[in-house]
Amino acid sequence: QKVSVEVLDHLEHLALVDFRDSEGVERLQKAIQFADQLQEVNTDGVEPMDSVLEDRWCLYLREDDVTEGNCTKELLENAREKLEEYFVAPPGNIPLPKLEERETFLQGC
Amino acid sequence: VSAALKEGRVTPTELCQRCLVLIKSTKFLNAYITVAEETALKQAEESEERYKRGQPLGTLDGIPIAVKDNFNTAGIETTCASNMLKGYISPYNATVVQKLLDHGAVLLGKTNLDEFAMGSGSTDGVFGPVRNPWSYSKQYKEKSVPKSLSEDKESDWVITGGSSGGSAAAVSSFTCFAALGSDTGGSTRNPAAHCGVVGLKPTYGLISRHGLIPLVNSMDVPGILTRCVDDAAVLLGSLAGHDPKDSTTIQDDFKPFELPNLTDVSKLSIGIPKEYHAPGLSSEILALWSKAADLFKNAGAKVVEVSLPHTRYSIVCYHVLCTAEVASNMARFDGLEYGHRSDMKDSTESMYAATRREGFNDVVRGRILSGNYFLLKQNYEKYFVKAQKVRRLIANDFLKVFMSGVDVLLTPTTLSDAAPYTEFIQEDNRTRSAQDDILTQAANMAGLPAINVPTALSERGLPVGLQFIGRSFQEKQLLTVAKWFEKQVQFPVIELEEVKRHDNGVFQHQKSASFS
Repeated sequence: QKVSVEVLDHLEHLALVDFRDSEGVERLQKAIQFADQLQEVNTDGVEPMDSVLEDRWCLYLREDDVTEGNCTKELLENAREKLEEYFVAPPGNIPLPKLEERETFLQGC
Repeated sequence: VSAALKEGRVTPTELCQRCLVLIKSTKFLNAYITVAEETALKQAEESEERYKRGQPLGTLDGIPIAVKDNFNTAGIETTCASNMLKGYISPYNATVVQKLLDHGAVLLGKTNLDEFAMGSGSTDGVFGPVRNPWSYSKQYKEKSVPKSLSEDKESDWVITGGSSGGSAAAVSSFTCFAALGSDTGGSTRNPAAHCGVVGLKPTYGLISRHGLIPLVNSMDVPGILTRCVDDAAVLLGSLAGHDPKDSTTIQDDFKPFELPNLTDVSKLSIGIPKEYHAPGLSSEILALWSKAADLFKNAGAKVVEVSLPHTRYSIVCYHVLCTAEVASNMARFDGLEYGHRSDMKDSTESMYAATRREGFNDVVRGRILSGNYFLLKQNYEKYFVKAQKVRRLIANDFLKVFMSGVDVLLTPTTLSDAAPYTEFIQEDNRTRSAQDDILTQAANMAGLPAINVPTALSERGLPVGLQFIGRSFQEKQLLTVAKWFEKQVQFPVIELEEVKRHDNGVFQHQKSASFS
């Protein structure tokens, strides 16, 4: 079954990337179809696997000691907009416009 | 060539110069995104000083290498072949890059790839596709239907495979002696097979990923591309080991090793997984695979057919897990701290959205959206968790086989030899990846080491490789078997005009085409 426009819109909001055109939406549909093949596999009683290294004690927490840092200058170098030691961002807490008000391909769906 | 450097028959600066000149004359391959000429020459000079003092840092001192452009390299642009990172100058070296430099290697430049390492052709980066050097080889030209007698380089060139195509092409065309790639679904082994070079995917957790711009955190590994198995062992020796900056590296001590020259294979058990006889496997490669199995059998090894029943679901599982992790990993690109930033100023969210709209290509955007879909609350169990369960089944398949006494698995690496570019782009990235990764993906799923060894030339005069998959952290055994096999098959050296022109003994001679 096809993905609803509401879900597509929701995805655009979550991912902050756009589908751009019908090809983009088709791509998602095909991806879902492809992934549905997983349902053929019997996974009763199988635990999900997070990491292939789960048997080894390597995913550890280290001591909370400062071992490096003081590289403010290097880190700011790659930012386009900055002021003193701050990254400058446009005003926050403003949600993306709703579907009807946004310039998006999904408007036509 | 390392011996040559030690004996003074050639100097690091000479070697570096020759590589740089060759890079320029093979520019049409589009293997390099950035050539770090000045810094490379400086490194070569420093190496020369060390040799003069009789204090080289090791086998790698003065050896020119190339690095895939998704590894951070201090002071050198790192783009991941994406608009999102164009102009991004890394403030630090990836651990593997640092290790190579600490061993005295000379970093020639950054190689081309599919955008953010997503793809199996090295055709989807913003800097254009990479051309397989074998397209211009005497061996390929002899076998292809003569189209025109001109030296037209625009004719049917073939792809390198991906996503580490640039690195594979660089090693294959002799512009460097080794290169770093990355391997998440086969991205090092696939182009290695198509370009006729050795491509090693180490065990997950052996080599640090710090500084490798991540695609799938639970499967990525740095990959090693070289012209012979011994070289791969040398490189592995300098790169493997625990890194406190990457908590997914194992803590065990790693001891670099030299590969023994195996003469007796009678104690070896080679497994042939029957599911790897995948639909679409060319009859040529099937025959080669069979011949290889016989080779081992005739030499006294135990060759058994084994079963990895969940193989065909590996690619579906990968599709879900990869897109899910990508959705998360790509979230860091918002234009605020680094990389491309849109001029949109209305709000933070709209700036992020516009930046990402402008910076990512279709493939990346597609995967992010798919990944987000699979991670939605209503889909999480059905897709993501399900895929994680299937992953365990796949990993267990391998465990069972190795526990039954098999030492190493022998499989094909690719379904066929390299396709012509015009044919390859007929299908979209996702379809191609799903087709091409089928034989290489499972090793990433289970975290196992795997290596492509160039085996023979196809009917069309293009390289075909076979893959060996080993047990976790048993790289020594894996590479020893690979080396034995390499010796048996005597894969031919590429005959390239450009290389011949610049050669005076250092490059073409097979022995010194490697550095160990």
